[in-house]
Amino acid sequence: MSYIKPKFHHPLLPKNNLGYTRKDYEGSISTLCAGCGHDSISAAIVEACFALNVEPHKVAKLSGIGCSSKTPAYFLQNSHGFNSVHGRMPSVATGANLANCDLVYLGVSGDGDSASIGMGQFVHVVRRNLNMVYIVMNNGCYGLTKGQDSATADRGSISKGGDATLFEGIDLCSLAIELGATFVAQSFSGDKSQLVPLIEAAMSHRGFALINVLSPCVTFNNNPGSTKSYTYVREHNEALGNIDFVPVGNEITTTYNEGESVQVTMHDGSKLRLNKIDNQWDPQDRLSIISALKTAQQKHEILTGLLYVDKDSVPLHVKLNTTETPLNQLQEDKLCPGNNRLQEINVGLR
Amino acid sequence: MESTKTTDVEYFHKVVDCQHACPAHTPVPEYIRLIAAGKYTEAYVVNWESNVFPGVLGRTCDRPCEPACRRGRIEEEPVAICRLKRVAADFKDDITPYLPDIPLIKNGKRIALIGGGPASLTVARDLAPLGYEIHLYDENHKGGGMMRTQIPSFRLPATVLNEEVDRILDFGIHTHFNKYVGSLAEIINENYDAVFIGTGAPKGRDLHIEGREEGKASIHIGIEWLAGVAFEHIKSIKPNVIVLGGGNTAMDCCRTARRLGGENVKVVVRSPFAEMKASPWEKEDAQHEDIPILDNHVPKRFVVEGGILKGMAFEKVHAVLDENGKRQLLPTGDPEVFIEADEVLIAIGQENTFTWIERDLGIEFDKWNMPVVDPNTFVSTRTNVFFGGDAALGPKNVITAVAQGHQAAISIDLFCNGVNVNERPAPDVKFFSTKMGIHEWSYDNDISNDQRFIVPQADKAKTLKDRLKEVELGFDLQTAFKEAERCLNCDVQTIFTDDKCIECDACMDVCPTNCITFTAYAEESELRKNLSAPALNLQQDLMVSGALKTGRVMVKDEDVCLHCGLCAERCPTAAWDMKQFLYNTAKAGHTCSVAL
Ligand SMILES: Cc1cc2nc3c(=O)[nH]c(=O)nc-3n(C[C@H](O)[C@H](O)[C@H](O)COP(=O)(O)OP(=O)(O)OC[C@H]3O[C@@H](n4cnc5c(N)ncnc54)[C@H](O)[C@@H]3O)c2cc1C
Ligand SMILES: Cc1ncc(C[n+]2csc(CCOP(=O)(O)OP(=O)(O)O)c2C)c(N)n1
Ligand code: SF4
Ligand code: SF4
Ligand code: SF4
Ligand code: SF4
Ligand SMILES: [Mg+2]
Repeated sequence: MSYIKPKFHHPLLPKNNLGYTRKDYEGSISTLCAGCGHDSISAAIVEACFALNVEPHKVAKLSGIGCSSKTPAYFLQNSHGFNSVHGRMPSVATGANLANCDLVYLGVSGDGDSASIGMGQFVHVVRRNLNMVYIVMNNGCYGLTKGQDSATADRGSISKGGDATLFEGIDLCSLAIELGATFVAQSFSGDKSQLVPLIEAAMSHRGFALINVLSPCVTFNNNPGSTKSYTYVREHNEALGNIDFVPVGNEITTTYNEGESVQVTMHDGSKLRLNKIDNQWDPQDRLSIISALKTAQQKHEILTGLLYVDKDSVPLHVKLNTTETPLNQLQEDKLCPGNNRLQEINVGLR
Repeated sequence: MESTKTTDVEYFHKVVDCQHACPAHTPVPEYIRLIAAGKYTEAYVVNWESNVFPGVLGRTCDRPCEPACRRGRIEEEPVAICRLKRVAADFKDDITPYLPDIPLIKNGKRIALIGGGPASLTVARDLAPLGYEIHLYDENHKGGGMMRTQIPSFRLPATVLNEEVDRILDFGIHTHFNKYVGSLAEIINENYDAVFIGTGAPKGRDLHIEGREEGKASIHIGIEWLAGVAFEHIKSIKPNVIVLGGGNTAMDCCRTARRLGGENVKVVVRSPFAEMKASPWEKEDAQHEDIPILDNHVPKRFVVEGGILKGMAFEKVHAVLDENGKRQLLPTGDPEVFIEADEVLIAIGQENTFTWIERDLGIEFDKWNMPVVDPNTFVSTRTNVFFGGDAALGPKNVITAVAQGHQAAISIDLFCNGVNVNERPAPDVKFFSTKMGIHEWSYDNDISNDQRFIVPQADKAKTLKDRLKEVELGFDLQTAFKEAERCLNCDVQTIFTDDKCIECDACMDVCPTNCITFTAYAEESELRKNLSAPALNLQQDLMVSGALKTGRVMVKDEDVCLHCGLCAERCPTAAWDMKQFLYNTAKAGHTCSVAL
């Protein structure tokens, strides 16, 4: 078994504006099971950060516990990282974000980590619109502890052990939209052409950006009868349309027929261009996506693509009016208002 | 473009860049692995089977394999394939147990070999074990051809050469040394079943300019002079020497001159330095021995005063491209350059000479007076006369002579058995999985990050005093191991099974050199642009699968694959396997064809 990735790379590997190649955004060699969907998501993160010219030292990777939560070891080896307790990544992310809003916060979690033990934390981080990307690597099971059904397993879905799931699965996207999430997307680990632009868009979004990625567990939940297997997801994947992410300063080159395409300008000036397939749905209309998700569920379809985006999103920092200067850069004169000011406050309280 | 046929032996042979580029197709990675495993004798035998002179070639080969080596496309320098061959030769034990048995009862066929160089010796090596009675003729008193007469001892010690030449002569070869064949008809009249001509390109080209005649006592043809040195007719040279020419012969002449008393030895060449024919390492070695190389100098005259050579006059030129983009050497207009010299060695080319072959024997010659020879079977227009080595298609090198000798031996064997010589036997191919466990392989798939190791040389002060002292010392075993580890095992092939793939992308994601892409099917020229990394090296093939479940195809660019096996390690369904591909060109007598 190989533990070290060869250092050699393709001689024609492209460089981004910072002079980095994709290799500079990779991590150590994965120790996940061969063929695990999570590894493809790691590769998509690498690709997106490379394309977005992200400075690696400006990213903080956060995760909880699970195979999915192990993945930050396998990408962005030059970035900051925090591997928190099971289900507690959102509170660590909140604290870190409030202390330093200069970094890009990239949270990685699993369906167990987010929808079971971490559900309480998950709903609050959505509700607070913390400025972060939150990727759920959703395989419908607890991969790390040998494949028990998770809360996102669909009712009737058959696990490797042969038993059908008794309970209704939690749909994280619907839930997030209910809770007022400002960016919600769904994708499939096996479709990088969709997943990469979604991650790029999520990183450009100001506020909480959820991407629920169906990510088959090859070892415990890739059997016939499972609704999270490669075959099932491929067969039931209904993409809402093609997505192009156009970074700031780049020209839109693809052309779509008028009326079928929507263009969303993100907070940082980058553009998202969506070629819609379903005319009933508008990515900026909360109600239309709720009904589209419900309809899809009845038809056993998995809607993928950018489901909802709110351009006018107001992130937690702005809402709380907390300082934009990272705490570690505040000098004593800012941190300590001085005796006079203290006296004034004290007087005001008498 | 069609999906790649995984039964196409030549497709996979091409992936093993070094072996493919080697004229004899020596299974390079196989012997390098044996060296890494400390099995020097076995490594030697793998070489000996294929190239007959591992000790000689491990020191002197032109090494066409090295510019082809994949490692050179991934980092700066190729694997030191040639010098590892020497390691096998230096550290082997007795190889007698591996040698073929020579039948005491012969098969009744008699073969004449004219010339005792590597081409003829290879034919002898291949045919003697099959029971042929072999007669070898050479004008010299020992075998080896130019390996003995031309390649200087400081590059190739006589002991190494003798061992490998004698091993073949000991196969019961009837040698007729000191016998210059002045008439082929005479040989043919001795009723040999077949005649092989391996007489090389023994004539050095002369330079007929002013002063050549007057100065002849001090002007020598390079290859004649080197042969004179090898046979010790020539023991010294005067201090000021000019060597004319830019090929390897010029390099051997100047370095030999340095050892025989040449204090002020200069190489003077017409073409620009970068275009010189000599191998880069030969040029380096000459410069290292304080021999300046003056390029862009065209010889005009030998300057002879009172019957004594004083030097040479040259015209300076520079390279200019004409309107067709062809390089021309035009005079710079600078005044003539005079270079002082007591002796001059002319090393400006070699020619064949077939004055001893009568033209009424049914052997056709072309307008350049070269025999018409089939480049695959090496048969001439007379069905029982074969050519090989420098005599066949012009001067090349030892490994080419060996490769052609093998092919000629096959043809002679076919001919003597009444089989059409065009029915070539298939190569011997073995293809087997290296999988030992889930993530375990029977080869060392770790990729070494080491840069090429340098072969140490003996002290210059000593080697310049003794023309017999070998300059290169060879790798020690520790360095040899590390150099061997640089080899990527290109013969351990990535084999893809379409219907096992679940398109999880794991292999594509893990591949360190972006070789693998899952994409929509397209024509090759389109595909090459649309891969994870552009596939611009058209010398290297794309492996294309059949349609997968999503309708896409898997495309693998062979160009910079490290053969690291990570794709196979990360594949959940074993759709990738790492299979070792052992390819041995057919030999005389091995006429059974092996299918995959
Ligand atoms: C100076 C020099 C250095 C070289 N260095 C290298 C090197 O480092 N590496 C490398 O790979 N190659 C080198 N070569 C080339 C290499 O030596 C030849 O390509 C190779 O030896 C050719 O082999 P051959 O069997 O065709 O013929 P040769 O080796 O030329 O052998 C032919 C033999 O036939 C004999 N002969 C010819 N005519 C007759 C006749 N009518 N009757 C009887 N005998 C005859 C000759 O005397 C000779 O012994 C070098 C060549 C020269 C000139
Ligand atoms: C507090 C706590 N409870 C339980 C566990 C055991 N545990 C480890 S991983 C895991 C589930 C992980 O599931 P998921 O987040 O879906 O990750 P996956 O492995 O499927 O990617 C559990 C229950 C734990 N590590 N810590
Ligand atoms: S157990 Fe499942 S989720 Fe965990 S690494 Fe293996 S395949 Fe991936
Ligand atoms: S890396 Fe090894 S196998 Fe590959 S071409 Fe070079 S020597 Fe041959
Ligand atoms: S062996 Fe596989 S993973 Fe390694 S370089 Fe070749 S294609 Fe890529
Ligand atoms: S790792 Fe195996 S199954 Fe996955 S895409 Fe590659 S070949 Fe197919
Ligand atoms: Mg899970």
